[in-house]
Amino acid sequence: MHRGKGMKFVGDSRIPINGRKPNIPKDYSEYPGKTEAFYPDFLLKEWMVGAVFLAGFLCLTAAEAPPLERIADPTDTTYIPMPDWYFLFLYQLLKYTFTSGPYNILGAMVIPGLAFGSLLLAPFLDRGPERRPFKRPLATGFMLLGIAAVFYLTWQAAAHHDWEAAKRQGEIKEVVEVDKEDPGYKVMEANGCLGCHGGNLEGLTGPQLVGTEKTADEIKDIAVNGFGDMPPGLFKGTDEELQQLADFIKSIEADK
Amino acid sequence: MLNKVYDWIDERLDITPLWRDIADHEVPEHVNPAHHFSAFVYCFGGLTFFVVVIQILSGMFLTMYYVPDIERAWESVYYLQNQVAFGQIVRGMHHWGASIVIVMMFLHTLRVFFQGAYKKPRELNWIVGVLIFFVMLGLGLTGYLLPWDMKALFATKVTLDIVQSTPLIGDVLKTLIAGDEYITGAQTLTRFFAIHVFFLPAVLLGLIGAHFLMIRKQGISGPL
Repeated sequence: MHRGKGMKFVGDSRIPINGRKPNIPKDYSEYPGKTEAFYPDFLLKEWMVGAVFLAGFLCLTAAEAPPLERIADPTDTTYIPMPDWYFLFLYQLLKYTFTSGPYNILGAMVIPGLAFGSLLLAPFLDRGPERRPFKRPLATGFMLLGIAAVFYLTWQAAAHHDWEAAKRQGEIKEVVEVDKEDPGYKVMEANGCLGCHGGNLEGLTGPQLVGTEKTADEIKDIAVNGFGDMPPGLFKGTDEELQQLADFIKSIEADK
Repeated sequence: MLNKVYDWIDERLDITPLWRDIADHEVPEHVNPAHHFSAFVYCFGGLTFFVVVIQILSGMFLTMYYVPDIERAWESVYYLQNQVAFGQIVRGMHHWGASIVIVMMFLHTLRVFFQGAYKKPRELNWIVGVLIFFVMLGLGLTGYLLPWDMKALFATKVTLDIVQSTPLIGDVLKTLIAGDEYITGAQTLTRFFAIHVFFLPAVLLGLIGAHFLMIRKQGISGPL
C-alpha cells in the first residue's frame, strides 16, 4: 500500500473499507514537513518525557513510604477491611440497600458486569462513522455518566471511612513483655484495664500504653476521669493503688 | 568495535530489518506535542507502558527477598522495608507504581474513547486494551494479599466473598483462586503469589504484544 510518501509502515486508517469515506482521514503527507521520523528524533523526546516522569515518580516514592500494617491476625474480628482506592467504587456500590443483602447479585455482578461489559464492547455499541464526542451524544453521555458514578462512589466511600480508626486498627504493635508480678499490673488486672489495653498493654480496643509520653499525674487523671472513648469511673481502687498503677505504666519503656 | 560486532552478526543473521521495522516510521504532526501541546494526551499510553516496565523490574527485585509463606511473608516484607538498603524505595516504586498504572491507563482509555479512536478498523485493539485493564486490576487485587498484613488478609476475604457470590460457579471459582472452600490461608497466599508473578504477567505481556502489533499494523488514528 504505497500511498503518499510511500512509507511502508505509516498506516493511518489505511485498511480499505468499501469506500466509506468518513473513516479514512487525510494521509500524513497532507501535512508536509511536519511529520517526524520516529527513530531517532521522536524517540529521544519520548525518553526525555520519560526521564522527567521518572524523576517525579521517584520523588513520590522517597517522600511517602509504602504502608505496611501489622501481620495478619485471622482471629481479630473487629478489623474493618478497606480495599485499595481504585476498588473503592465497587466497595461503596455494595453498601446500598438495593445492591446488598438479597440484592447482592445486583451490586456484585449485574451492575459492574453491564458497565465493564459495555466498555469492552464499546466499538460494537457505538458503530457510527462519527468520531467527535459531540456528534455521538449517546456514547459520550454514557461514558460521562459512568465516570461521574465512579468518582461519586469513590468519594462517598472515602468520606464515610474513619481514617483515624483504620490507621489505629492496622498499626504495628510493639509487644513488650511486662512484669506480671508487679503490684501495678495486679491493680490493672483487678480494675479491668487489660480488657481494652491488652495483657501486655499492647492495646486492643484501647490504645497501647507501652512507652507513653504522659506524666504519672496525667495517667492518674485518665484512669479516674476517662479520656476520649474511655468513660470515667473505671478505676475503683484506693489512692495508693492508683499511684502503683501510674508508676507501673510509666516504668514500661518501648523496646526500640 | 561495536560496529564490527554488529556487522559480524548482521552478516550471518540479517538482523537489520528486525529493528528497522520498529524504528522506521513517521510520527504524524497531530500526535506530536512539539507541534501541538494538546497532543500530550497521546503520551498516556506510552507512560502506562513505562510504568509497567518499572513494575516488572521492581517486582523482580522484590522477589529476591519476598517469601510467599504465611509464617514469613510479613517478616520478609518488614525486613525488606526496614533493613535492606533501598528496600523501601524498591517496594515504594512497586506499591505506588500500581496506583500510577491505574491512573495512566484510565487517562489513556478516556483519550481513546473520547476521540472515537476505537472505531473501525481498530475494534480489536480496543478490546485487547480493555482486557489489559482487567488484567491490571487482577494484578492489583492479587498483589494486595502478598505482604500478609491485616489489610491484605481482610480485604482479600471480602474479595473472595464476592467471588463466591457468583451464581452457579461461585464455590468452584473461590476454591480455584483461594485453594480452599473455607480457609483463607497458606494455600491462598501461594496461589495469589503464583497468579500475581507468573500467570497474570504472562497474559499481560501477550496482550501488550498484541496491542503494539496492532498499533504498528494500523498506525495511530488520524486527527479528528
